[in-house]
Amino acid sequence: MTLTRSLASALAVLAFALPARAQEAAPDQLVKSVTLEVIDLITKDKEIKSGDRAKLIQVIDAKVLPHFNFTAMTALAMGQSWNKATPEQKKRLTEEFRTLLVRTYASALAAYSEQRFDFRPLRAKPTDTDVIVQVRVLQQGAQPVPIDYSMEKTASGWKVYDVMVGGVSLVANYRTEFNNMVRESGVDGLIKNLSAKNRQLEGAAK
Amino acid sequence: MSPRVLLALAALALGGCASLGGDDPRDPWEGMNRGIYGFNDKLDQYVAQPVAKGYRKAVPGELRDRVRNFFGNIGDVFIGVNNFLQGKFEDGFNDWVRVAFNSTFGLLGIHDIATDMGYEKHDEDFGQTFGRWGAGPGPYLVLPALGPSTLRDGTGKVLDFYTDPINETQPFEARWGLVALRLVQTRADLLEASRILEEAALDKYVFTRDAYLQRRRNLIYDGRPPRERDPEDDADQKPR
Repeated sequence: MTLTRSLASALAVLAFALPARAQEAAPDQLVKSVTLEVIDLITKDKEIKSGDRAKLIQVIDAKVLPHFNFTAMTALAMGQSWNKATPEQKKRLTEEFRTLLVRTYASALAAYSEQRFDFRPLRAKPTDTDVIVQVRVLQQGAQPVPIDYSMEKTASGWKVYDVMVGGVSLVANYRTEFNNMVRESGVDGLIKNLSAKNRQLEGAAK
Repeated sequence: MSPRVLLALAALALGGCASLGGDDPRDPWEGMNRGIYGFNDKLDQYVAQPVAKGYRKAVPGELRDRVRNFFGNIGDVFIGVNNFLQGKFEDGFNDWVRVAFNSTFGLLGIHDIATDMGYEKHDEDFGQTFGRWGAGPGPYLVLPALGPSTLRDGTGKVLDFYTDPINETQPFEARWGLVALRLVQTRADLLEASRILEEAALDKYVFTRDAYLQRRRNLIYDGRPPRERDPEDDADQKPR
């Protein structure tokens, strides 16, 4: 009796778990498919190739953004200053930082879309919920540039919370700047600075 | 720049302004560094970048690959030496096999056939060797014309300079031609990276410094640095 019951419940759990599992790509597969898809879009699109930044950012927005956890990235970049921000400020900071990162990411992808990529197999246990996915950009006559995506398993799939390029953590690299600004002019000063930077880049792109 | 001029500049940079300071413990000479950084930035903006862009326009990518490979092959000799000095004999051997194949079958290094054969290129220099031997970076240091460095890496650069095979080239004109070509090639390869930096940074000086220090630490540990003991590191404080 208990056996059938536990069997039944096990089956029920399985039935629920299976479709979710199928949707959830392994993190290294996710990075590979998204990167290749975006590179393919970029290299085939005439407008993007001829320098249409708005369209490039649109592509990144649609294809790449859903796989990033920007709140986590902003919190990591802020370090201790994150706790000084109100929920409203946290929201603004995340929005502005996201705009800046997307722009940077778009530039990087456009610049390196001609290079060859080497997607490394994932070295992690199936039970791990925090992994590093390694990709390398290969170029003639130079040491390959490693790009490491730190990813975390969440309820809505694997999310990137840091990108390391050549050993430089993008998130950590903002920490000193952010903390300096918070110390000088408060969280609002930092928001103002970030937003001014974004407006300036927007203006330059036109 | 002759080694003597370089040393004199380094001495000037080190001795001159020890009192200027910021509040970052890694960068006690921030005032002086920012000054040199500003000078370098102008030099880059008005000389190096225009030349690199012109070179990019005039020389097709295929030919630029040959140039990069040629200098990369020359660099591999002392990359190998540094790997041996760091006790990484397998890597050092790999580097010298690269030189052997690329110098011969690769036609004086213009073709990097060793990479296709599975001998990957490394990145080593004397600054990294000192780091491997246990030397800390010391204060951050911006070198005139050469850019971001540290006391340790700047010392390493002097040795890199003295052991650079290009410096043995005769005659004199050929040597400086090669030095100039290598500089232009290197700057041309960095055009995208510097544009991205320009876009990404709020304070370019701080962003460049932090990226340099992170990068060097990563290189010394060949891409696998131990976790940093940083009291400000709130890495475990991710919101869910």
